[in-house]
Amino acid sequence: MRIVVAKPGLDGHDRGAKVIARALRDGGHEVIYTGLRRTPAEIVRIVIDEDAAAVGLSSLSGAHGVLIPRVCEGLREAGMDDVVVFAGGIIPEHDRPRLFAEGVRAVFGPGTTTGEILDFLSKLEDRAEAGEATGVGEEAGWHW
Amino acid sequence: MALVSEVTELFESAKSGERRSLSRLLSLIEEGAESPVEFGSASSLGITGPPGVGKSTLIGRMIDVWVERGESVAVLAVDPSSPRSGGALLGDRMRMSNADSSDLVFVRSLATRNHPGGLMDCLTPMVDVLAACGWQNILIETVGAGQSEIRVVAFADRILLVDGPDRGDIIQAEKAGIMELADLIAINKADLPDAQRAANSVISALLVGSDENTPDVLLVSAHSGEGVAEMIDALAETSTTPDRERLRVRERLISAWDSALLTSSGFDDTLAALEAGSITLREAVAQIKNGN
Repeated sequence: MRIVVAKPGLDGHDRGAKVIARALRDGGHEVIYTGLRRTPAEIVRIVIDEDAAAVGLSSLSGAHGVLIPRVCEGLREAGMDDVVVFAGGIIPEHDRPRLFAEGVRAVFGPGTTTGEILDFLSKLEDRAEAGEATGVGEEAGWHW
Repeated sequence: MALVSEVTELFESAKSGERRSLSRLLSLIEEGAESPVEFGSASSLGITGPPGVGKSTLIGRMIDVWVERGESVAVLAVDPSSPRSGGALLGDRMRMSNADSSDLVFVRSLATRNHPGGLMDCLTPMVDVLAACGWQNILIETVGAGQSEIRVVAFADRILLVDGPDRGDIIQAEKAGIMELADLIAINKADLPDAQRAANSVISALLVGSDENTPDVLLVSAHSGEGVAEMIDALAETSTTPDRERLRVRERLISAWDSALLTSSGFDDTLAALEAGSITLREAVAQIKNGN
């Protein structure tokens, strides 16, 4: 799978994003890492140009409630409804339902194993095979 | 395999400026779909050089210059796939961060996908499609670290070799055989001490060779931007030579040959026989050549 791993907004720490990028690569995926401090519009552009199937958004700064929905919205506006959005970082439990409602399909917090993220990605492949929706602009009624 | 109608439809839409269609079409071609454009109809600039020399950052600067002049740029940034997992970590575009906000720039990261023989014959049709969709400057970026990367960059029509002052010596590039392919050489990090010395050592290395049409050597700084506009102007005036053209075509042929060898039906049997010691290496080659 082609996956964009992105750091939206102003937070300056990407150790986590890099570990995830590496783990996804070792899981056989092609990972495009964006580097730090990207705007939601830039991330949408990168997903389009790279023809990525999924985008993982890493957020540690507390701005996830603003930035992640903007990426989701941008993808829908660009007609990228079938792209899967997942998130990771410091995202408190009580903020997650809103992100799921925005079309985010998984939120991975501290302590998540890289194996779990790979399991999530293979679940996506299973669902795609079964014709079940997973994209940010699709009615999936499902999240990890 | 993609349907012809799907390719045609995406191509029409891509020509009208729809990025998503272009992007999807490039994926289909990467996966082996037939290109809707005449093969080899466009030209591209290959950019290569040792790891860490600042290729991506320099491309980022080149993009800025072209965009300022109102010209469009498409970059195919090639990185290796992991031989073990088949996955890849593609990070070139993080050094071209200005690239993601202009409509005049398109960047696609490509993994080598462990094709047999290192053959990336999707590059030519991808360049053709980009040119047909109106992209004016088309770059292929690859790390010039070894034989397989030379094979990748040999699919470009002209080659810019990037080197730097902090690597000790140019011998690595010579060893890899990239110097002979270069149409222009840029010594990056001109803001650091010793850049001029590195340039001098490259020039003297070139003069030792028998080639009369040695490439120009320029100093640039991707960090400050110094010399980048001049380098772009020099590139526009740089043409390749028949000798270098021939070397590139040779690399393409060799990688196509290796690919044919590695995917030939008798390869595994011949390998097994060789391993068991029942035939000699010479007999093995004869066997493969005869196709049995």
